[in-house]
Amino acid sequence: MTGPALLSAAPAAAHLTATGDRLCLTGALTIEAVARLVRSDATAPAPAAAVIDVAALTAMDTAGAWWIVTLQDRHAGATIASATVEQTQLIATVRRTMTATDPVPPVPHDIAAWLAGIGKRVVAGVRTAGAIVSFLGQVVATCAGLCLHPRRLRLTALVHHCDQVGMRAVPIVALMAFLIGVVLAFQGSAQLRQFGAEVFVVDLIAISVLRELGILLTAIIVAGRSGSAFTAAIGAMKMREEIDAMRTLGLDPVAVLVVPRVLALMLMLPALGFIADLSGLLGGALMAWIDLGVSPAVFQSRLLSNTDVWHFAVGMIKAPVFALIIGIIGCHMGLTVGGDAESLGQHTSGSVVLSIFLVIVMDALFSIFFATVGV
Amino acid sequence: MTEAPIIRVRGLVTRFGTQTVHDGLDLDVRRGEIIGIVGGSGTGKSVLLHTIVGLLMPEAGTIEVFGESVRDTDAATTRALRRRWGVMFQDGALFSSLTVRQNVEAPMREQLDLPADLRETLAAIKVRMVGLPEAAMTQYPAELSGGMRKRAGFARAIALDPEIVFLDEPTAGLDPVGAAAFDALIGQLQAAFGLTVFLVTHDLDSLNAICDRIAVLADHKVLAVGTMEEMLRIEHPWVQAYFHGPRARAADRGTRTASPDMAH
Repeated sequence: MTGPALLSAAPAAAHLTATGDRLCLTGALTIEAVARLVRSDATAPAPAAAVIDVAALTAMDTAGAWWIVTLQDRHAGATIASATVEQTQLIATVRRTMTATDPVPPVPHDIAAWLAGIGKRVVAGVRTAGAIVSFLGQVVATCAGLCLHPRRLRLTALVHHCDQVGMRAVPIVALMAFLIGVVLAFQGSAQLRQFGAEVFVVDLIAISVLRELGILLTAIIVAGRSGSAFTAAIGAMKMREEIDAMRTLGLDPVAVLVVPRVLALMLMLPALGFIADLSGLLGGALMAWIDLGVSPAVFQSRLLSNTDVWHFAVGMIKAPVFALIIGIIGCHMGLTVGGDAESLGQHTSGSVVLSIFLVIVMDALFSIFFATVGV
Repeated sequence: MTEAPIIRVRGLVTRFGTQTVHDGLDLDVRRGEIIGIVGGSGTGKSVLLHTIVGLLMPEAGTIEVFGESVRDTDAATTRALRRRWGVMFQDGALFSSLTVRQNVEAPMREQLDLPADLRETLAAIKVRMVGLPEAAMTQYPAELSGGMRKRAGFARAIALDPEIVFLDEPTAGLDPVGAAAFDALIGQLQAAFGLTVFLVTHDLDSLNAICDRIAVLADHKVLAVGTMEEMLRIEHPWVQAYFHGPRARAADRGTRTASPDMAH
């Protein structure tokens, strides 16, 4: 018994001495000592020993017992002398647990395994795409059901999510669009001034903000802000088995969790896009006034006379589609979270990346479509 | 002469806001014993464990482990103290991004400077010691069952051959066979390492099977400490209800007859 042990008093580290065919171990054979002995193994005594004497050991832990067992094996079954009952027991336990009782076959690392890995990832990607499409169908079907029975719509949840994804995003969206307007005016003016066409900066700002940038950048911000929040919130519920609890109570998670979120996004994203349009025009007008001397009155009249209202409409038409993409991806990723925290993190970042990517793809498709129909 | 207690708690006061959990709690744990901490829900069993290992700061009182105060020591002493105890949380609290073996290696990696292959060998020994199959070594916590997670958590707690292990409800959520096996495991390893075990539990069978002494938490204090027989004689409504309730009688019967479940 060591009594109330003092932390400062470090016990003497283990030492190995060979006398004849007898190996004597002294000191404390603990994990640190074992680490040191293993490192300096080259200096270990070479001649075979018949007896390992552990009488002078002051302490021995699992690592120590392991080292004694390996020492014994190296000296071809030398006997262990003067071990206490506890030490003998520990050595026996360690010897028993040193070798695998049911070895696991090693995983092959060859070209076939590599190809199989690629194949698995491709199949998983295709399956995910299929799952997202079928989830979209499920949400649409649930929405159709809600149209027939409007009282089943969770109005409180819808309003709550409208506040979360819409109202609370107004400051950041407005600021972002304002700065984009400023940058466009500044960069545009530098180019247009070269051939005295400063006043066209109004058209440049109006068309790019209204048609593309206002809504696209709003969608990207909302994907980062609300899409990730959807995935994390639903994923955490999945991890805590709340989703399973809902199903057993006869509640449809799609109707309860997904539809209010997706509808809230589809209602609020056009509104946010509208705010971004106004804010971007404001920023552009301000910069045009400061940098080019285009007065607000000139900006306004040029904007009204020269910019087709269709530019604005194109932006607004895209908004609900982007909202649907962000909402579906965010909720679907949340519902497919596995049981651990790692999976939640992966799904949350995956959700943001995938929804931003699909929003940009969809924007490109819209460009082709509107160019074809001629607006 | 009696030896100084390995854990010594005096006048512990813990509060969360206005809610008092412990008020003047005293407890001694002797070296080499298995002490079971019982008490109704909300009596602060887990809070006591968290306070002793320094995860919660009490309002007042002293806590000494190995004769060193846990509350006010410098970082180096705290680190040295942590090296000498292991904690197993309720659901194992394994790091989900690491495999079982890497989880067991984690304390070695943080506390010691070991060669990688030695660390792996020692971790594998600990994983086998707690009775996990070989395949579990490379699995992630999410792939394991609840009982296996608990075993893996226990393997991590004993990774550095600690002198004290703190176990928070090790048998909760296990089936009776699994729970009995876990009890046996705790008993075996306690004998092999001369461990002191601080066991928070609800499980009467565990208390009966492996605990040397039992401490009952009630009314913000340790109401009584003693062996199972002594507990049975205490006149306190909760203690009476706990140790003389229908479940207690079943557990008591279980120790006398070979297979109580088979009796008609």
